[in-house]
Amino acid sequence: MIFEAIAELIADRLEVSADSVKPESSFRDLGIDSLDTVELLMDLEDKLGMEIELDQKVETVGDLVAFIESKGQAAE
Amino acid sequence: MLTGRVAIVTGGSRGIGAAIAVELASQGADVAVIYAGNEAAAEAVCARCRDEYGVRAASYRCDVADFAAVKETVDRIKADFGTVNILVNNAGITRDNLVARMKESEFDEVLQVNLKGAFNMIRHCSGIFLRNKGGSIINISSVSGKFGNPGQANYAAAKAGLLGLTRTVARELAPKGITCNAVAPGYIETDMTAGLAEHAEALTASIPLGRAGTPEDVARAVAFLAAAPYITGEVLRVDGGLAI
Ligand SMILES: NC(=O)c1ccc[n+]([C@@H]2O[C@H](COP(=O)([O-])OP(=O)(O)OC[C@H]3O[C@@H](n4cnc5c(N)ncnc54)[C@H](OP(=O)(O)O)[C@@H]3O)[C@@H](O)[C@H]2O)c1
Repeated sequence: MIFEAIAELIADRLEVSADSVKPESSFRDLGIDSLDTVELLMDLEDKLGMEIELDQKVETVGDLVAFIESKGQAAE
Repeated sequence: MLTGRVAIVTGGSRGIGAAIAVELASQGADVAVIYAGNEAAAEAVCARCRDEYGVRAASYRCDVADFAAVKETVDRIKADFGTVNILVNNAGITRDNLVARMKESEFDEVLQVNLKGAFNMIRHCSGIFLRNKGGSIINISSVSGKFGNPGQANYAAAKAGLLGLTRTVARELAPKGITCNAVAPGYIETDMTAGLAEHAEALTASIPLGRAGTPEDVARAVAFLAAAPYITGEVLRVDGGLAI
């Protein structure tokens, strides 16, 4: 569900279809730089209604999903 | 005009910061005044902004050197005003001493407030600016940061540090339409420089324009940068020519 939310946000931003965003897609290949990732996270915070403090580097969409899932569990 | 914009001014209770808050209000901005302890003075500045210019104004006690407290305060300001568009990092202190005698605490305190305080504010406001895809950050540095000044190793280091911070933040956030600039005042008559009164004559003699600056001189430069979307990473001296 987090993956779908992220894929949708990226697809919106890049104006591509959501199924072209895969867990293994790297942000760099998608043309999303580190500042864009920060912005993406803010949109995601709004969407998921949680605060995400990204304190590590994430290379791929899958990395980001795993990171947020680990935070979600920590909060439970 | 800054109508409808929300500005945070740190150290807005006195001196240069108070003049900045009033100047921004006179151009229509709502102002959140952050102060360290002087509640009555901060409230008086806010009352003046409301009464004379009809803008929203509120004061917040917060030690800018405290990372967690700054986060909390920025959250409160966002809740109270809806957003933040302008951040003026003006809070500053001096603990002058010759380097051979300077206490560790004197060095640390000045860096904590003058340099880390600005980082803390930028750190916690940048999310709001990124969401808004715009914002204007103005850091109050000093000519001491450029030329050094005997007795001010701590202060000059912090003020020079602010220039590196300014240029980096300017580059980092430029892609999102956020600007970051510095103002470098020279000798301005405030509480901070009251102790220098006995040297006033010698000081003004070294200023090409022949007088000390007023807080309002600095405030006008800040208001100019707050409304200058194509200027970023710049350092604007307001020093009567002292550092030419
Ligand atoms: N005056 C000059 O000649 C001159 C020259 C170059 C640069 N500057 C710079 O301009 C800025 C303003 O100077 P000024 O002369 O107006 O100073 P000032 O009259 O001494 O006022 C200092 C302001 O900073 C606030 N403050 C101090 N420590 C703080 C903290 N830890 N957290 C939050 N607020 C804090 C004070 O709040 P309280 O009222 O609550 O104590 C006050 O509002 C400073 O950054 C200074 O370095 C001044």
